[in-house]
Amino acid sequence: MPTVLVDGKEIELAAGERLNGIQVAERTGIDIPRYCWHPGLSVVASCRMCLVETGTRDPKTGAITMLPKLVPACQTPATDNTVFVTNSEKVERSRAMVEEDLLIDHPIDCPICDKAGECYLQDYHFKYGQDARRADVRPFTSRRREMGDTVTLFVDRCVMCTRCVRFTREITGSSELFVINRGSHEEIDVFPGFPLDNKMSGNVVDLCPVGALGDKDFLYQQRVWFMKQHEGVCTGCSTGCSINVEENLDTVYRLKPRTNPHVNQWWMCDEGRYGFHYVHSDKRLTNVERRRKGDALTLLEWSQVVREIDEQFRALGRVAALLSPHLTVEEAYLLAKYIRQVDPRGLIALGPVPVEGTDETFKNGFTIHAEKCPNRRGVEEVVKYFMRRVPTVDDVLSAIDAGQVAALWVSGGYHSEWITPATAERLAAVGCLVVQDLFASPLLDVATYRLPGAAFAEREGSYVNHADRLQSVEWAIRPPAGVRVEGSVYHELHAIPGLANARKVLTEVAQTIPFFAAALEPVDPLGVDLKAAVPQTATTT
Amino acid sequence: MPKFEPILLANIGKPDSHTLKVYEAGGGYRALKRVLAEMKPVDLIEMVKSTNLRGRGGAGFPTGLKWSFLPKDHPGPIYMCINADESEPGTFNNRILMEFDPHQVIEGIILSCYATRAQTAYLYLRCEYPTSHQRLQAAIDECYAAGYLGKNICGSEFSVDLYMHRGAAAYICGEETGLIESLEGKRAWPRIKPPFPAVEGLFHKPTVVNNIETVACVTQIAARGVEWFKSIGVPSDPKNPRDPGSYGPKLYCLSGHVNNPGCYEAPLGITCRQLIEEYGGGVWKGRKGKAAIPGGISMGLLTEAEFDTPLDFAGPGKAGCLGLGTAAVVVLDETVSIVDFLHNSCRFFAHESCGQCTPCREGTAWSLTMLNRIKAGKGRLVDLDLLLEIGDSIGIMPGTTICGLADGAAWPIKNAIRKFRGEFEEYIKRTNPDGYQSTEAARALPVLAGH
Repeated sequence: MPTVLVDGKEIELAAGERLNGIQVAERTGIDIPRYCWHPGLSVVASCRMCLVETGTRDPKTGAITMLPKLVPACQTPATDNTVFVTNSEKVERSRAMVEEDLLIDHPIDCPICDKAGECYLQDYHFKYGQDARRADVRPFTSRRREMGDTVTLFVDRCVMCTRCVRFTREITGSSELFVINRGSHEEIDVFPGFPLDNKMSGNVVDLCPVGALGDKDFLYQQRVWFMKQHEGVCTGCSTGCSINVEENLDTVYRLKPRTNPHVNQWWMCDEGRYGFHYVHSDKRLTNVERRRKGDALTLLEWSQVVREIDEQFRALGRVAALLSPHLTVEEAYLLAKYIRQVDPRGLIALGPVPVEGTDETFKNGFTIHAEKCPNRRGVEEVVKYFMRRVPTVDDVLSAIDAGQVAALWVSGGYHSEWITPATAERLAAVGCLVVQDLFASPLLDVATYRLPGAAFAEREGSYVNHADRLQSVEWAIRPPAGVRVEGSVYHELHAIPGLANARKVLTEVAQTIPFFAAALEPVDPLGVDLKAAVPQTATTT
Repeated sequence: MPKFEPILLANIGKPDSHTLKVYEAGGGYRALKRVLAEMKPVDLIEMVKSTNLRGRGGAGFPTGLKWSFLPKDHPGPIYMCINADESEPGTFNNRILMEFDPHQVIEGIILSCYATRAQTAYLYLRCEYPTSHQRLQAAIDECYAAGYLGKNICGSEFSVDLYMHRGAAAYICGEETGLIESLEGKRAWPRIKPPFPAVEGLFHKPTVVNNIETVACVTQIAARGVEWFKSIGVPSDPKNPRDPGSYGPKLYCLSGHVNNPGCYEAPLGITCRQLIEEYGGGVWKGRKGKAAIPGGISMGLLTEAEFDTPLDFAGPGKAGCLGLGTAAVVVLDETVSIVDFLHNSCRFFAHESCGQCTPCREGTAWSLTMLNRIKAGKGRLVDLDLLLEIGDSIGIMPGTTICGLADGAAWPIKNAIRKFRGEFEEYIKRTNPDGYQSTEAARALPVLAGH
């Protein structure tokens, strides 16, 4: 086993593991400061913040020979008997010097900078910088330049790490950003007429270690230290990127990719990143309403409506449900189970799966899927468990036409048009139609019960992405007044005592449906691969 | 005056020395024909290796050793890059060779390609040499017509294509990996090493980068042999087994305050004083010398007392300079202000820093800011310590940068302030009598004029 020595601590590497100094130090809990190095990008070793001392240990005598000069940890491979020293006076002096150099041209406008609070330059200055400015005091400048529709550049804040430039070259392959001028006059820029315009542009803002690249969507919206982060999954498409939902006082301000080597690595697409604003749309449904045939619209309370629907469903007997691919696994399971309790032959079908265009794959392999919902696979497997096949809207329609359905529960959760008036009309033929949705739709107009549904940031539960990876998320914000999260409504239908608890439900799902067996164990924040854990033959019962 | 018989410059001064006819009449391309007929590439590498020929571009790396780093039995292509981006201030020896004896250079390129099994050579020429460009191009055309370039050279199995590329006037393109990046059509940001160019260089293929004067030496070694080459210069230090010595003739560029500036060929190891007195006709206007740049501005400064330093690969280092560099000696007479010298030097490096590594990008600009302020009469004594701190901390030697440009920027600062500190202090006290002791952060001056 190769052994590496970092600040006197021994670390064993797995055979064949290729790590650099930064990565190996991380294993011992030592954070080597850096600007230009990013695990997802090529190594340029130009910021010189990660300089450390290195040497080799003689495996026989144990004698250590150090190199006289400093080396960048990012560029130095950790091999057997490599020695790293990250805390010597020489290293600290060099860090202080780089910090001082970077601050020569920096406007130090932290009070008006979005990055303050999560800025490498700021953090490292407090940790490694010196307390007085020795360089000449320059007049304050803060030039701003538009890079494209999503990103703006505060030219003077840049530390020239070129992460953004490398991102557009290596990840998206679109190469919009580049460096102009030379020496200390260097700046990031785009060619005239060729702005930063790709479907992953927002990532350059995450990559920027300082406040140079600003996200126009988030600009001046919130100080970062007021926001709380919640582990989530992007519901924009079936890729299911791991994200952090950042909110303050029940308002989501931004989504950030959460590193997940199995799904999205460090990235997410702009569609997912900026597509959350519907959560706070004033067009969201917030009223629980009932309209019986011929009646006017009646406002109801949640406390009465769940009991009322339950009574109706049990009275009508022949019930069915259309499960939206926006539901979590737990919610889909609870609703399906409820329908089967009321009517053991009840029809459970997968709702419409929104598809836009075709899958789009970038230079590094990142794919934006055409399927614009997070949980088609999860809901499909739940439906398959109860139905042994996956019925769709058409099956529901023919069952209705055949007079086999007296009551239908439709869950929506879509944020674009998802149903035509003609289909809605045919679904409305049932005696009792319950529609749970975010926005008004042709179906809502003909519904008997209108229940306002929750958006992704308000739900907790699990999603299964295109590759059968299950990820569990926590809720980030409370739903708007008047809205109840689907899961909690279904808990009440089942009369489960206590607060809604997705984890308990997931355990039941994992015990019941073999496809989800791997979710019996606590689910890792990076998710669990259901496919790997279950033999293919056992996916249907 | 014991004049040394010039070899590299032997053709200079003949009428039409740049033409193939004149070059062949003087025995040109005979060595090439003989090598192609009689020697294997390995033998030529061994021959160059045994001469201890050191690269003339500035770093003085042994050429034969560099060639032998190429991977054995590589399926190819292997590239040869010729560095003619001669941008070190004070240096013009490549220009003389290219303008007046381009065939000597081309013969050396073909020989070097033969030794390294490269079939494609790129000559990276700095933009500011239009005459070199015209004459080299004419010479290349002549060679293609005469069968010295192209397929099956002189009837052998060996083929080489030589292409000329003109740079866009950036100093950093003279750094070998900066040159490679520039040739690939990219911004000339030097690459991190390893991998070294011999393993992965131009277009990700094994590459050798050699200087114009180096390949001219290869021509002469092939023509005259190892013994001749090793009879000139300074032998290696027997106490230091790693010292390859300083053998062979060298083109010294003498300029500045001397009576006869010019490019002179002399054996390696000639002292700075000999060069000034015997070749340059002494310091001009009957004045005394004050200092001299030993080998291009980035090598630092020799004081008048150090003029007896031998200008070989080891000499200037002993006097606290960076090295021999390009052997471009610039003489400053006693009237020159060292503050002016350093200001000029800092301006050059701040302008030419490629801007990749933080310490060099900001350090060179910061030193210029301070020198600007000192020159404007707002200097403080503390600035000298800051300048020294910058000088001591930037460069590949302390490990804070990727390439050697920062070392070149640091040495003039270190040498000028350490060797002439009194003059700096006197200047600062005289021009800023009220504020020279201040240690408060100073206000930067607005930039009044560009370079």
